[in-house]
Amino acid sequence: MSQNNPPAEDAMAVEEIEVRGHIIDSLILPKVLDCITMAGGTFRIKNISIGQDRTDPSFAVIDVSATTNTALQQILAQIADHGAVPTASHDCQLVVADLDSAFPEGFYSTTNQRTEIRQNNQWLPVTNQEMDCGITINPQTSLASCVPMSDVQKGMPIVVGHAGTRVFPHERAQQDHTFGFMSSAVSTEKPKGVVIRQIAKQLFENRQGEGKTLLVGGPAIVHTGSGNLVCELLRDGYLHKLFAGNALATHDIEQSIFGTSLGVNVVEGNLADAGHEHHLRAINRIRRAGSIAAAVDRGILKSGIMYECVKNQVDFHLAGSIRDDGPLPDVVTDSLESQRIMRSSIRDVSFCLMIATTLHSIAVGNLLPARVHVVCVDINPSTVIKLSDRGSFQTVGLVTDVEPFLRSLLTEIRRLEESK
Amino acid sequence: MSSPHILMCPPDHYGIEYEINPWMSTERQADHALAVDQWNCLRQLLVDAGAQISEVAPVAGLPDLVFTANAAIVYRQQAILARFKHEQRQGEEAHFRNSLENLGIEVTDPPDDFSFEGAGDALFCGETLFAGYRMRSDAGGHQEIGALLDVRVLPLELVDPYYYHLDTCFCPLAEDEAIYFPGAFDEYGCRVLSENVKKLIPVEENEARSFACNAVVVGRKVITNTGCPRLHEQLQTAGYQPVATALSEFVKAGGSAKCLILRLDGEEAAAWKRKPAIG
Repeated sequence: MSQNNPPAEDAMAVEEIEVRGHIIDSLILPKVLDCITMAGGTFRIKNISIGQDRTDPSFAVIDVSATTNTALQQILAQIADHGAVPTASHDCQLVVADLDSAFPEGFYSTTNQRTEIRQNNQWLPVTNQEMDCGITINPQTSLASCVPMSDVQKGMPIVVGHAGTRVFPHERAQQDHTFGFMSSAVSTEKPKGVVIRQIAKQLFENRQGEGKTLLVGGPAIVHTGSGNLVCELLRDGYLHKLFAGNALATHDIEQSIFGTSLGVNVVEGNLADAGHEHHLRAINRIRRAGSIAAAVDRGILKSGIMYECVKNQVDFHLAGSIRDDGPLPDVVTDSLESQRIMRSSIRDVSFCLMIATTLHSIAVGNLLPARVHVVCVDINPSTVIKLSDRGSFQTVGLVTDVEPFLRSLLTEIRRLEESK
Repeated sequence: MSSPHILMCPPDHYGIEYEINPWMSTERQADHALAVDQWNCLRQLLVDAGAQISEVAPVAGLPDLVFTANAAIVYRQQAILARFKHEQRQGEEAHFRNSLENLGIEVTDPPDDFSFEGAGDALFCGETLFAGYRMRSDAGGHQEIGALLDVRVLPLELVDPYYYHLDTCFCPLAEDEAIYFPGAFDEYGCRVLSENVKKLIPVEENEARSFACNAVVVGRKVITNTGCPRLHEQLQTAGYQPVATALSEFVKAGGSAKCLILRLDGEEAAAWKRKPAIG
């Protein structure tokens, strides 16, 4: 009765079962567990309570997993004979949406954790997992997916209530150990070198693997003079997507054209003459060119983060805000449209680096499923705390200035490159 | 202590009318007159042993009503009624209920959605209720009965269809002693028995096939079918008084001495009958 069985999450079909009574003295519990493993399944004891006295019953709640649903059903039929029965045996309840852009009352509100719903006695995985959404089932394909409120269409079947739904909490201890350091929330007192080395390793692995790395960046990257470090990461294929606002792109372009960021000379640190106009002039130039890509094509923009994105086919998305100057022509000012673009772009993201931006970090954190590792780097601890408070528990915070962080990160990456 | 009180049903309508266990064959009928003689002999042995006999009125079309062991499990003044697995026997439930209620016993329905075949599958040995499952009764139901009676239940899986009730392969003799046929249980079951019953007397396969384990215990008397000489020797050595009585016509239906009786005052091996009820 080892509890060191493979975690149930890794298998394709899972059912939570319960067995109660005098399951220890009668050897019913070990028998049930032996049945599961002998039939090729795996188990994970989620909860167990052992009776104190001879007449006190015990109970155990166990996740049973198998590679296929057929195999799982065979196991469940076998262990049912010994009194082990599924804890949930009801399908989820579906109600058809009666309006566009609104859920029926009592709708099931999602988390960012892996979720399944029960239909026709089978558990279906919910795709596009995202917090604060509803769940719909496509009647044609029978696929379940998260749907944001604004995307609800009249006639969509929507899950209501909690019956027939289950959530698989994100358990760090059972995840792969690449991110074993992700065991505490934000702290200013962590040894940063270890964390940075792990981030470098993740970026390095993602460059070779299928998972994509997303950078969510704020303008402080440019203000602190670390734009060139991000450029190196973009050129070398370590960053696959960039989400930012008008400000990062504007100051990056300002620096490329005028050498300043918010009018401050990035190299010398002094205020340039009429520097406060530079960012507006930079925006105007791009607007005149039509887009950032067009400005690159026409030789107007010759360096910087946005330039490298265009040159290296890095997918970027700039989301607008109410205080934006300009904005740059690439900025999507419709917030809902912006959310949709980000949603479709994050499907293959497995690692997200959030640097020096509060609002964009929270916005992206809201969209990411819990399986995506997130590192949030900010000089202000409250940014990371805000992310966690809003449910992005998978976030690890690093309280540090951006420039030394990026410099150390690049050093670690170069070290990895040399050792491989 | 009150005298032993036993529920029986005269075999007026007994016969092999269907096949619900490997022993039964409608082509191998019981000799009815012989069956009546055998039943009367058993009844007399029980009376001689000091038992008071109450009877369930026989009902045409319910041939297995004779096997009163399956009516219910009795715990103090309470009986948990059977819910038979096979449709052929489900008609017996109402008759058993009436008989038990007429005897002043409080009758409780078994847990919903579970089969439960009374004392055929649930036997007290000491403080513990040993309960057979898979063939006729359900493990989950046994656990619920344990919770209902607030007693420890140890479900034992029955793995050989010839021993389809626990009382065909396990018989508590006293609070710490029982006879059993190991071949009817899997490894888990054998371990549970050896860890929870201090003195276990194993029965050989050929004697188990003669229903050696389907014994009626009244005081130190242990009444079995004929054909179990080896067990009888062991019982004598252990200080019991074994009695053999022919029950061949009931064996044809898969039953023997113990199947034909229900002990209403609690089996000899049940610890609770020697303890006053609390509360």
